[in-house]
Amino acid sequence: MAITFPVEASHILMFARAVGDPNPVYNPASAPGGVIAPPTFGQAVAQFDPEYHLRPKPGQPWFGSGKTPSGVDKAPSAGGLHAEQHFEYLRPLRPGDVLTVEIKPGATWEKESKRAGKLTFRERIAEYRDQTGELVLIARGVGVTTERPVDQG
Amino acid sequence: MALSASRIKPGDTHSETVVSNLTRTQIVQYAGASGDYNPIHTDEVYTTKAAGYPSVFAHGMLTMGLTGKMLTNYVGDGRLLKFGVRFTNQVWPGDTLVATATVTEVADLVVKLDVVTTNQDGKDVVRGSAEARIDP
Repeated sequence: MAITFPVEASHILMFARAVGDPNPVYNPASAPGGVIAPPTFGQAVAQFDPEYHLRPKPGQPWFGSGKTPSGVDKAPSAGGLHAEQHFEYLRPLRPGDVLTVEIKPGATWEKESKRAGKLTFRERIAEYRDQTGELVLIARGVGVTTERPVDQG
Repeated sequence: MALSASRIKPGDTHSETVVSNLTRTQIVQYAGASGDYNPIHTDEVYTTKAAGYPSVFAHGMLTMGLTGKMLTNYVGDGRLLKFGVRFTNQVWPGDTLVATATVTEVADLVVKLDVVTTNQDGKDVVRGSAEARIDP
């Protein structure tokens, strides 16, 4: 699957604010040599994935609460959690970049855990290329589905 | 300001408190900016009554982003070559997190770092490593 991800200055500013980072290089009003994106900004490609399953869509049931604790009959019991994330930077992302992000599934493996039962890990590799076709960022994520909620003991 | 190879050595550390008393509102901000609206991060009713957790909790990527702030403050803007973490424990509203980088190697104008972020109980929440370009 390929997603078009236009990098915009206001999005970078919102993202930097969300991670509590007042660094002027993330704000177009104060970046002396121009804005760059913070190191985990590539994750925000989710905004541009038309099918992204963790964004409510008009007219479709949503598993979060409304009148009832979940808007679907069978809520995902524990759901997926993020186990690992790795970034390799070839150059910083900048406003004006129009990235093409190719996402491919990687390895899948299982593990038994005392705190959450059977764990299923799924790897996902995303390659970000700019408008000239140059590879600028590689992201490798590992998601885990747990058999039950993670025990807090 | 970038790091200079002549001024750092293995064992050097840099630590920052990257969030104090994490608020649900900041988690909502992160959901909005990242586009990850999984209700386990922002919807207390869903998370406690349907998903079976004691409260909403932060996106792993919010914790990684907070940790990244410490890294860019240390190595400088646009200097990172690699940054990777494992999410080892959940982060909850009210948590205070300290992120630490420890120099493990300095060679060929690249610094290698161990990265760990811990909560107010001394429990690690992310562990990983990073590499960055440095000046001579």
